[in-house]
Amino acid sequence: MTTNRILLILLAIFAIAAPFFLYPVMLMTVLCFAVFACSFNLLLGYTGLLCFGHAMFFGTAAYVTGYVLKTTGVSVEIGILAGAVTAGLIGAFVGYLAIRRQGIQFAMITLAFSQLIFFVLLQSDFTGGENGMQGIPRAPLLGVVDLTDHLSHYYFILALTVMAVFVYYRVVHSPYGEVLKAVRDNQPRVESLGFNPERIKLVSFIISATMAGMAGGMKATVYGFATLTDVSWLVSGEVILMTLLGGLGTLTGPVFGSAIIIWLNDELSGLGEWALITQGVILLVVIIFFRRGFVGEISALGRLLRQSRKHERGGGVEKAEAVAPVNDAAG
Amino acid sequence: MFENISPQLLFGQVLLGLINGSFYAMLSMGLAIIFGLMNVVNFAHGAQYMLGAFVAWLLLTYLGVPYWGALFIAPVVVAAFGMVMERLVLRPLQNLDHLYGLLATYAIALIVEGLVRQEYGSTGIPYENPIPGGVNLGFMFLPYYRLWVVVFSLVTCIGTWLLIEHTKLGAYLRAANEKPQIVESFGINVPKMITLTYGFGVGLAALSGVLAAPIYQVSPSMGSGIIIVVFAVVVIGGMGSIAGAAVTGYLLGVVEGLTKVFYPEAASVVIFLFMIIALFLRPAGIFSGREAA
Repeated sequence: MTTNRILLILLAIFAIAAPFFLYPVMLMTVLCFAVFACSFNLLLGYTGLLCFGHAMFFGTAAYVTGYVLKTTGVSVEIGILAGAVTAGLIGAFVGYLAIRRQGIQFAMITLAFSQLIFFVLLQSDFTGGENGMQGIPRAPLLGVVDLTDHLSHYYFILALTVMAVFVYYRVVHSPYGEVLKAVRDNQPRVESLGFNPERIKLVSFIISATMAGMAGGMKATVYGFATLTDVSWLVSGEVILMTLLGGLGTLTGPVFGSAIIIWLNDELSGLGEWALITQGVILLVVIIFFRRGFVGEISALGRLLRQSRKHERGGGVEKAEAVAPVNDAAG
Repeated sequence: MFENISPQLLFGQVLLGLINGSFYAMLSMGLAIIFGLMNVVNFAHGAQYMLGAFVAWLLLTYLGVPYWGALFIAPVVVAAFGMVMERLVLRPLQNLDHLYGLLATYAIALIVEGLVRQEYGSTGIPYENPIPGGVNLGFMFLPYYRLWVVVFSLVTCIGTWLLIEHTKLGAYLRAANEKPQIVESFGINVPKMITLTYGFGVGLAALSGVLAAPIYQVSPSMGSGIIIVVFAVVVIGGMGSIAGAAVTGYLLGVVEGLTKVFYPEAASVVIFLFMIIALFLRPAGIFSGREAA
């Protein structure tokens, strides 16, 4: 517990000081994707649902936030709220239909839905089609606080991220979060205890969609534009990679996963297709060898060290627990 | 609204729909076979379809192998790649949650598509039509090659269906899915059968790719464009049924063609809209034989 607290304080200091020695726009991108990956982790890591079209919430919200900010002149938080609420509503509809099919089909259905939304946005007038939506203003916070320079905008995005991660933490550690994990591990038993697993999953899906929408809205304010890329299956795949790489079902994993991938994309951006090929290779390696992800492997290593210290005089090191199916990493 | 639609347009689009439907049918059939035995949703199916077309083009360009040779060689080459992939990637994952199989094949699709794009660029490459010409039916012009695609894919689908549903081999496959230990106790090498089945499904995807090469252009993104539609087709038809997957594929191809005639704006989304309707009406799929999941 105490080491966790120290780590948290260090992370907080780093987050506050970072924009002075790292490029703020890149940091903000990491934060937006961290929130996005957290929303995805809530679904796959804690509910056992693989949504293969999560970009539909992210990208649609970016457009809605952009449209609201461009056309109405409201303050920035209203714009992001509008994006998040829209994403939540789409999530309610998609979730209602997709949850009727179990397991792997859920992934295929959500992917198909995201493609549907991609085409709808491509043909809509307000999105600017293939050119995307440009010139989204950095509206002042609450109508008064100016956010036009990168530094103040960074702290705004950081504050939103902390809020989102806190909500995510609360959800996962609430009694509802326990039921979520129970649905993931043994749905029939949860049902026999008198819960309605379909409704529990749907609520989780809507929370996740709303949070993904918030991330998309944040990103629209950071870049000042929204494009079809944000809705494409490539971004859906990217958030899966970030979450798995960071550590499925871990609290801080998505943040690390997003930081690593954003940094990598930036490094490889001049090398044509190699960014995508590298993503594929990393995903494959993580799936075959490191299913617990970055944070999961590190905490497993820590556990192993502590255990071996405890058993120094005993009968040797216990066998490390077998790598389980999806989502068995430590919190 | 119907009087200003010429029969040429109508039948032309129906034919085009039937062509698209042929690809949907063959691809969703391969997906259904692989899923049926291995419980893996093969995301790389689109990439393997693209590889089929690419290998055909490479054979023609560098070795001078004509279309008819490629029609046989390309699927074998790509199936061999698939079988290696099954051994190296899917085999270690087979006892884990099935989501990992989907994600691993997705990763392979990313790698394959990225490498092809890196090497040959993202623009489409034309592939010469091996059967030029056509016949004028009076109300429309029917190119011979398109006729060939429809007939060939029908024969392939029916043949595959007969193979799986009405032969001893197919019975083994279905039994191995239900009770692998018991089938093994009869002296059948189930792991080898899984590898071969995966190879067969992949070969079917590559065969569709070769068929598609002269119609569409050979391009790295041809696979990722079609695979999501094929997923929707499989969801509509229900995952369990091989015949259902093929029939749904043809039907939805035609529906898509008709939409292009009557309401072109919706053509790219009509299959997804059908999926929504199917999820409302038959949550388990229209060919699943059950009312609900």
